[in-house]
Amino acid sequence: MDYQVAWYLIVGILLIGYAILDGFDLGVGILHLFSKTDHDRRIFLNSIGPVWDGNEVWLITAGGALFAAFPDVYATAFSGFYLPFQILLVALIFRAVALEFRSKEKMKWWRNTWDRAFAIASIIASLLFGIAIGNIVIGMKIGADKEFMGNFFSHLNGYSLLTGVFTVSLFMLHGAVYLMRKTEGELQNLVRKWAFRAFWIFIVFYFVVTAYTLYLKPQMVANFSFGMVQGDFDKHPLIIDNQYLISIVAWLVVILNFLAILNIHRNLVKKNELPAFISSALSIAALISLFALGIFPNLMISSIDPAYSLDIYNASSSLKTLKIMFFVALVGVPFVLSYTIAIYWVFRGKTKLGENSY
Amino acid sequence: MSLDVEILARFQFALTIMFHYIFPPFSIGTGLLLVIMESLYVRTKNPVYEKMTRFWIKIFAANFSIGVATGIVMEFEFGTNWATYSRYVGDIFGSPLAAEGIFAFFLESGFLAILLFGWDKVSPRVHLFATCMVALGSIMSGFWIVVANSWMQTPTAFHIVGEGLNARAEITDFWGMVFNPSTVIRFTHTIVGAFIQGSFLVISVSAYYLLKEKHYEIARRSMRISLIVAFVASAFQPVLGHIHAQEVAEYQPAKLAAFEGHYETQKQAPLYIIGGTDPETKSTYGIKVPGMLSFLVGDDFDHEVKGLNEFPRDEWPNVSLVFQTYHAMVALGMYFIGITAIGIILIYLKKLATKKWLLKIFVISVIFPVLANQFGWISAEAGRQPWIVYGLLKTSDALSKSVAAEEVLISIIMFMIVYILLFFVWIYILNKEIKHGPEEVDLDQETDYYHRKERLGFFTRKD
Ligand code: HDD
Ligand code: HEM
Ligand code: HEM
Repeated sequence: MDYQVAWYLIVGILLIGYAILDGFDLGVGILHLFSKTDHDRRIFLNSIGPVWDGNEVWLITAGGALFAAFPDVYATAFSGFYLPFQILLVALIFRAVALEFRSKEKMKWWRNTWDRAFAIASIIASLLFGIAIGNIVIGMKIGADKEFMGNFFSHLNGYSLLTGVFTVSLFMLHGAVYLMRKTEGELQNLVRKWAFRAFWIFIVFYFVVTAYTLYLKPQMVANFSFGMVQGDFDKHPLIIDNQYLISIVAWLVVILNFLAILNIHRNLVKKNELPAFISSALSIAALISLFALGIFPNLMISSIDPAYSLDIYNASSSLKTLKIMFFVALVGVPFVLSYTIAIYWVFRGKTKLGENSY
Repeated sequence: MSLDVEILARFQFALTIMFHYIFPPFSIGTGLLLVIMESLYVRTKNPVYEKMTRFWIKIFAANFSIGVATGIVMEFEFGTNWATYSRYVGDIFGSPLAAEGIFAFFLESGFLAILLFGWDKVSPRVHLFATCMVALGSIMSGFWIVVANSWMQTPTAFHIVGEGLNARAEITDFWGMVFNPSTVIRFTHTIVGAFIQGSFLVISVSAYYLLKEKHYEIARRSMRISLIVAFVASAFQPVLGHIHAQEVAEYQPAKLAAFEGHYETQKQAPLYIIGGTDPETKSTYGIKVPGMLSFLVGDDFDHEVKGLNEFPRDEWPNVSLVFQTYHAMVALGMYFIGITAIGIILIYLKKLATKKWLLKIFVISVIFPVLANQFGWISAEAGRQPWIVYGLLKTSDALSKSVAAEEVLISIIMFMIVYILLFFVWIYILNKEIKHGPEEVDLDQETDYYHRKERLGFFTRKD
């Protein structure tokens, strides 16, 4: 394995971390307006209050890591997704500010306005993440100079809108499962009801997206097809050499993913809060891993000519930078993990409102 | 197409970074003060310090959240606005940004949770530790981003690989990049500027309470702590600024010449206290100290200082803008020293609370460090134009090729609206928190502290 592959994995892990962690607080945001009383809404906000900023740092760090390891991807992706990305940033701003300021005033209009801002921003952010992933799967108009050649509307195709809505349903489920763990009594029953609904919505989209992907882009399984499907691009030697192993593991992941999804339902029925959350986190991890394996070794696929795609070699930094940053990651990550765990530990248990609450 | 992407992209970047930079110095500066106040509380167990810390944490939180919200925009703006630049220098420039995430933001945001919500969940010592970590994290994030910026100002430790479209800069020495010639001085100057801004906020609010004769105990002590910090920091700033100017003279002589509107290379170059300059007629007017610039740059009145005439006309920055912002920063720096010195003397004479005129000046003075910090950055950033990476890459070559002018314009309008809104909400909330004030301290009342002390261990919880 070379440093390029290692960085592909690191960026992937950062994005999985982000999706699992910020996924639930985006989900809480999506569900926010379904609750009607001020008390319930405050419980929701405070359930993510201490952790959302740390969760968002996974995205920031993924951005920084992408810049350091694959500058061309950083450049092409963010200039290519220019307007959608600016809208995403505005949505993230509104989430942050709504959380902080919503409960500072008692006036009804004040709280309702921020509540709406918070929920709408969460929906838009989730939708845009999904749209971005969808576009990467079907390929973007990337030219020979690595620049994006489409416009704003090229991002809004049917497939990526579908993956966008799928992402919303995924985070909604994940958020509901998280809230189960943070609430109690009546409110918990309510949240559980939402979790069941979100679960079925998610299942429907899960099948539709899977089927549509296989129909549009059967090449997405090329890397784990036991060598049977030929992709648009040359397979990486790692894939060719370990064809069978990788295919077996990948299909195990597919099966486990499916079981994890069923397990969410089972644990919702049994009211096992933690196992439900873990299952939901695992299925997010599985989905992103399969996506990453599907496009590997590419980071962005060109729909104009596969040769123009940005892969881990033509888009990467120099070996020296990759090595230095690998070392930086080795030093930094244990710290990050230890205090992230400590903080989740301090704030474990049911959310209660106190004098420091939002 | 009538609109110019370059102008728009620069405007958009300047708008978003300048708005962001209203908040970090408050966070960094008040962060330091929180550490001092809470240390006093943990040492003395005096409830006044507890109430005080809790109150300033609220003010801190309001700043911090907008700092975070606007910072996220910046993290991706190099890719959105300056894609060509990102490709060209990403090998070098991406590393400090990634390091900032790993070493600083995680630390900051993690311990922020305990700082804001942890009072009842952890012991006072652990809480103090969290406060220290948040302050440290914000300073470290300042460090890494300033590393990135300093590398653009004084690029070192790289070589150019490839040719034409594929050319790019690659790193040769990581620590050489981190400690490029301007990092250390720019970092200290920036952080000290942040300390000034943070402590002036505390000074301003405390002065307001003293004027209104409210929250006397807390206001008095907050005033004393923040005045001392502000005075020490202000006294250091010209010294650091001076060292900084010498570094600029060595590595960015055109910028230094623009700071002083200095056109003709000469010995005995003058320093302007106040004035103006016109690059068309190459004339600079105002009150000047003869020979002072030579002395400051070379420690010798006969030192030869390069003038702008040595550089091609199209490599001049906007001389007038740079001249004015630079001089405004320096003038404000002198003002900070004066005003804090007067405050400290009056505290020593125990007369501060009766000097209404001074308290009134303190109340409004909070805006001046904000301006000084902004002016400082404008002179540093506009002064390096037309280069985005000094001597290596021009700003006009650094743009995103795939972004249309209309898109940038939409983004500018969007951010303008959002930021104006944010600004007013921020002022409104601060105003409300300040009017509401800290909880009154009842000196007879026993604090929670004594109850909490009985709890054991690091992460014991109250049930
Ligand atoms: C000298 C200090 C300084 C400077 C020059 C900048 N920032 Fe900043 N930034 C901070 C000091 C800071 C901080 C003190 O760490 C903040 C402000 C308040 C806060 O909450 O954290 C922050 C927040 C902040 C965040 C959010 C972090 C989080 O979620 O916890 C990001 C992503 C950035 N910044 C990125 C940038 C970028 C890309 C900059 C340059 C273009 C930049 N900042 C200039
Ligand atoms: C935080 C305080 C900062 C402020 C207030 C600030 C201010 C500015 C201003 C006013 C401009 C526009 C200059 C012009 O177009 O003439 C600018 C440009 C720019 N700055 Fe900064 N800056 C800050 C920090 C940084 C940092 C830390 C970096 C890099 C890490 C940076 C990178 C850039 C870049 C890439 C441009 C665009 C190119 C250009 O127009 O010069 N800035 N900044
Ligand atoms: C009192 C005398 C001062 C002097 C002689 C001075 C000198 C300088 C110089 C030469 C620069 C430009 C560095 C460059 O372009 O690379 C600079 C930048 C800057 N100054 Fe000052 N300064 C002074 C006071 C202040 C004060 C009081 C503040 C804020 C409260 C401040 C904040 C800044 C900031 C934020 C920058 C931009 C970042 C940097 O390049 O360091 N300065 N200063």
